[in-house]
Order: sequence, then structure tokens, then C-alpha cells
Amino acid sequence: MQVTSRRFKEGAHDALHDENIQKAFSKVKSGFPVARAKTASELPEFEDLRDQARDLKDHILGNLDYYLEYFEDQVLLQGGRVHWCSSYAEAREVILEICRDADAKTVTKGKSMITEEMGLNDYLQEKGVEPIETDLGEYIIQLAHEYPSHIVAPALHKTKDQVTELFHESHEKYGFKERLTDPQALVNEARSILRDKFVAADVGITGANFLIAETGSTVIVTNEGNGDLTQSLPKTHIAVSSIEKVVPTLEDVSLFLRLLARSATGQEMSVYTTFSTGPKRMEDIDGPTNFHVVLVDSGRSDLLGSDKQDLLRCLKCGACMNHCPVYQAVGGHSYGWVYPGPIGAALNPHMVGLEEARHLPNASSFCGRCEEVCPVRIPLPKIMRHWREQAFETQVTPKPERWGIGIWAFFAKRPKLYRLMTRISARSLKLMAGKKGVVRKLPLMKGWSSVRDFPAPEGTTFMDQWKKQQREGK
Amino acid sequence: MSASSVENKKVALFVTCLVDLNRPSVGFAAVKLLEAAGCTIMVPEVQTCCGQIAYNSGDKESAKTIATQVIRAFDGFDYVVAPSGSCAGMIRHHYKELFDGDDTMMVVVEDLANRTYELTSFLHDICGYKPDGVQLETTVTYHDSCSSLREMKVRDQPRALLGAVEGLEIKESEDREACCGFGGTFCLKYSEISESMVDTKIDNLLASGAETLAAGDLGCLMNIAGRLKRRSAPLKAMHVAEILAGMGDKPGIGEGEN
Ligand code: SF4
Repeated sequence: MQVTSRRFKEGAHDALHDENIQKAFSKVKSGFPVARAKTASELPEFEDLRDQARDLKDHILGNLDYYLEYFEDQVLLQGGRVHWCSSYAEAREVILEICRDADAKTVTKGKSMITEEMGLNDYLQEKGVEPIETDLGEYIIQLAHEYPSHIVAPALHKTKDQVTELFHESHEKYGFKERLTDPQALVNEARSILRDKFVAADVGITGANFLIAETGSTVIVTNEGNGDLTQSLPKTHIAVSSIEKVVPTLEDVSLFLRLLARSATGQEMSVYTTFSTGPKRMEDIDGPTNFHVVLVDSGRSDLLGSDKQDLLRCLKCGACMNHCPVYQAVGGHSYGWVYPGPIGAALNPHMVGLEEARHLPNASSFCGRCEEVCPVRIPLPKIMRHWREQAFETQVTPKPERWGIGIWAFFAKRPKLYRLMTRISARSLKLMAGKKGVVRKLPLMKGWSSVRDFPAPEGTTFMDQWKKQQREGK
Repeated sequence: MSASSVENKKVALFVTCLVDLNRPSVGFAAVKLLEAAGCTIMVPEVQTCCGQIAYNSGDKESAKTIATQVIRAFDGFDYVVAPSGSCAGMIRHHYKELFDGDDTMMVVVEDLANRTYELTSFLHDICGYKPDGVQLETTVTYHDSCSSLREMKVRDQPRALLGAVEGLEIKESEDREACCGFGGTFCLKYSEISESMVDTKIDNLLASGAETLAAGDLGCLMNIAGRLKRRSAPLKAMHVAEILAGMGDKPGIGEGEN
């Protein structure tokens, strides 16, 4: 998909002045985090599970090749096929080819972030295959020609009124003429349209929350059940997954499942947890005839062994963004690529380039809430800091910023000079403030005074006063 | 632990760059409290800043030089105490990352880390200190700075200390664990986002109905107080050390003389 992370500041500015976005995202903090806190506190072993999940993910990442090959063997045994794709382009082509083999005119799709990454919908559309998103949120943003603003709730930025208008415009061709305002009525209308699409689709494409090596199964976790219909009704099921989703055993999946929904939405379990193991067998009543797994690397293996490997533990639960004050303020689209919030700030520079995404790891106050809630304990602020270091080393950090830090560091490294500088600053700022107690405008710190007054110093630095006191014997 | 556990211990004050420049009274309040708790206080002269500004800006080399300066200056003291969770957190947790892989440095870095404390937690947990005979008729809402809360695990200690001030009542605000939007250079580089964060914070602080805002980090306090002034909102901002040391009646941060 198109990357607009370079425009982060402009995007943030627009979002901060958009009433609808402000309304939508300020609601985030009273919803998911409250629910998460409640369900997490009801499970005494929750914190231990997080440790176990982190350790298990680390073990998997240390043996990723082994588990992926193990997984492939099991998929083959079950009668399915595995396609290894190193790039998005390769993955798109493989998927198109499978669609063509199936003579597909339409494909239904379950929610999948990896297909967002590769811009699959636009690609298929271009090639004459119509993709239909079946997750309600994804369906809404597909109609609106947008992309997700949240990885779990993709249409979070849309207000109910906007959905009313959108459905009214888009559903007229199906004979729905009424302008609906009741949320349930809106859902029902979308459902009835999607029902026909499910039946008509030739191929169903889903993502995968987990791939189980010992059984060759793919697992999806949903709340609407749309994923089940997507993967079991059409003749062909394609599960698209990034490579780090593999886990060794069924038992291991249960560990992650206990954390995933609790962290994401504060549910104990999602409504549907669906395992797909190969194509339909003789004795099965339904299921696809063809079962494909498309494994996508696209830069992930480069993270292995790097200082950012921990990112590959991510379960895509969204907890980090739900708790992020920056995300709550600027919404998801400001980040300019598939992953918003802290995981985006830490991952996107790797995926789309540091120069393009340099704002993202910088636009954080390092408050640490993301790391505090991440179910697999990814040290997100630390990784963002590593990006800042890389940007500084490779001169991606803009010159004025580098100079500012350089000048400050020059003094901070020389205590005597530093004393002199602070002595002068304390005095002059105090003079500038007069009796007001604040300086309204700081010429060299516009970022400060565009928002706040600057509390005036008391006038003499602590060190000067302390020394004087010591000299005078207190 | 009783007060005697710090008796005759050499405690070095890490003043912090903001306190040194902007509000020395916080430093003097810290000295007063630590002395009242039985410590012998020293203030090493070769201190400037903990290096966090460079560290968070990606300038690791400068951060390392400054950290080395701090490590040398604070060698030989039993404890190092800072009236800031953020600077104490930098020394306690992040210096280790700066010198990751350097085994010789790591020994001294870890030694310093183990001796470094945020002021209120040091007073409460190590000194077993409680303000005695301090009076202030006011209602206080306490803002937890992110580093104090999440890095230094400071939450109950300042509240317990404030609770011992006669006449003082604590009124907690909504979403008290949320960031105020300071974040060091973050508030300069992304001022609009920071503005939105500090406004959310201020709305919650004001809604608590308290007359005074107290916090343990001057960075947050200057950010919030500066925005309060810009909004002409009536809430007096004080460092927790000032209140505990009986300086609660001096003008708040950003308040003029009259
Ligand atoms: S980084 Fe952690 S909290 Fe954020 S989406 Fe991934 S697993 Fe969830």
C-alpha cells in the first residue's frame, strides 16, 4: 500500500483538528483498556503467562526455520500446499495464480493485516478478481476506499453517521433505499449483502493468527464468524500469513489464546477461534477442496538476530495502541502505513525505511504504557530509541535537531562552562519574566511557547546558591 | 527500615538540570528532607545532567560521555538521590543499556544503579521517614510521572508522605497514570500532540477539584504549569518535596511574585 509516514506531522495536525477523529479516538481509552484491566486482573496467572509467552516466542524465533519446515510437512501431509514468498510481489502473484486456477471472479476475505501490507485488494481488483472484505470493519473501509486505522478495529475512525451515509450510497444498487441509523440495522443490512457474496465466492482468503507446526493447522480468531464462512464455503481457501506466526504445538496456541483476546478487547476469549487443517476430507460435510498457505517474509527474517528481533513476538493484539496517548490523540492514519501506534512506530521504519518513517519512533513521549501492557513484553520504547540512534548515526535526524543536541551536549560535558551558561540563562530568563513568573515567548524554543508559557527560573542556580551557602558555613 | 539505617550514610544529591536551573528550592527542599531523615548530604560539583536528552535523541556517544561524568562524580557515596523519577530512572535503568557489552564499565554502572533512588521512595522506603509537624491547608492532586511510576515503581510513597502533612487532603484525578505530554524534547518537536496530551491531563486535574497539583518531576510540572498559565487555569503547581519540606506556601511554579 501507499506509504505516507513522511507526512506524519501534517497528518497529526489534521487529525487533531478533525472533530470526528477526536471523538472516535478519545473513546479508545475508556473502552478497550478498561476491559483489558478487568479481565487481566481476574486471571491471577496473567503476568506469568506473559512471561511464558515471551519466552516461548523467543524460542520459536530462535528455531524459526525448523518450525516452519515442520509446519510445511504437516500441511502437505494433510493435503494442502505451502507457498514460500520472500516479497509482497511474489505473494500477490502466487495468490493471483491460485485465484486464476480456481477461475475466480470474486473472492471473500477475512481480516488480514498481511494482505493490507501487500495491498492485495487493489492488486486483485486490477487483475479482474473482485475482493470482498467480510469483516464488518474491513467491509466499511473497503467501501470508503480507506485503510485500517486500528489493527483490531479497522474502522474505528468512522462515526456511525458516516457509516449511515456510506451504506446509503453503496447499498442502493442492492435495493436498499432506506437511510439506516440504528447500528443493529446497519449490521443486518451489511450481513444480508455479504451472505450472497459468501455463497458466490470462488476463493476465500483469510489471514492467520497462528500456524501450528505439529498439526499443520492455521488458526483465526474473530468475533463475527465471517472468517469461518470465508474459509469453509468457497472451493479454495488461501491462508496468508507472515512467517513469525508459527507455534510448535496445540498446547502452545492455548497459551497465546489466553493472552490475545484479554489484551486486545478485554474478552476472555474471542467469539470464534477457528482451526483449519488441510482441505476437506471424504467424511467432512463441508470445507474447501483446495487448501493453500502463503507464507510471507518481506523483511521479517532480516529482523532475526538484530536488536529489533523482539518485534517478531507481536501478536497483533492492538493493546499498545489502545493505551498509547499519542495514538489516542492523532488516530491511526497519521502513521501513514498499515501499523499505527507503538507497534507501528517500532516496526514501520524497518518495513518502509527509516527515512520515510523517521517521525514515528520520535513521536513518543516514552511514557512506557505500551510496554506495560504488551502481552509478549516487547520493549517498544527501547526499539524506538534504537531507531532514533540509527537516525542520528546515519544523519537522518534533521540538522537543526542534531545541532541543538550538539550544543547542549557540548556544555553538559563541561561542568565549568555549563555552570556559566546556566548562571546566565537563569538570570536572563528571570529578567525576561519580570514579575509575571512566566516567559511567554522563547525565541529559540517555539515548540515550547506555541503551547505553553515558560515558568521563569528563580534567578540563581541551585549550584551557585549551594556553593555560597557552603562558603558561608550555611 | 528505621531512620537509623541511613544515619551517617553519605548521601549525594543529584540535583537534576531542571531543578538547578529553574527551581533550586526543590533542591533545597530535598536537602532539608534528607537531613531531617538523618542523612549526611553532599552535592558533587561535577554534575550537570544525567544525559537523558542526548540518550533519547539518539546521540548515544554524548550520552555515554555524560553518563561517565555522572558515574565518576557519584563514586564512593552510599546513596545517590534525585528529586526526579526520570533522572533516577535514567541512572538506574538506562546507563546499563548505554554500556551494554562493556564488562568493566558494567560493574561500576550496576553499582551506581543499585545506589540510586528517586527522592520520595528513598525517604519512604529506605529512610522510613515521615514528615513531622508540617502543616498545609490544601487539597492536592498528585500527578505520577511516567518514569517514576513505570520505571521506578513510585506510586504510593509520595502519597503516604503527603498524607502525613497536617491539613492536606489528597484528591485523585481521573486517568492519573496517563502521560502529561512532556517527554523531554518530544514536547518541543511534536508540540501539537503534546498540547493535546497536556490538555487532557489538565482537564482531569482540574476536574479533581484540588487546589494544588503536586508531582515528583520538574519536567512534567513545568509542562503542566506552563500550559495551566497559558490557559489561565487556577491550579497551583508544586514539587512534592517543597510541600513535604514545609515550603508549600511559596508561589507555585510559573507564578509571579504578586
Ligand atoms: S506490540 Fe505487543 S501490544 Fe502491540 S500489537 Fe503487538 S503484541 Fe499487541
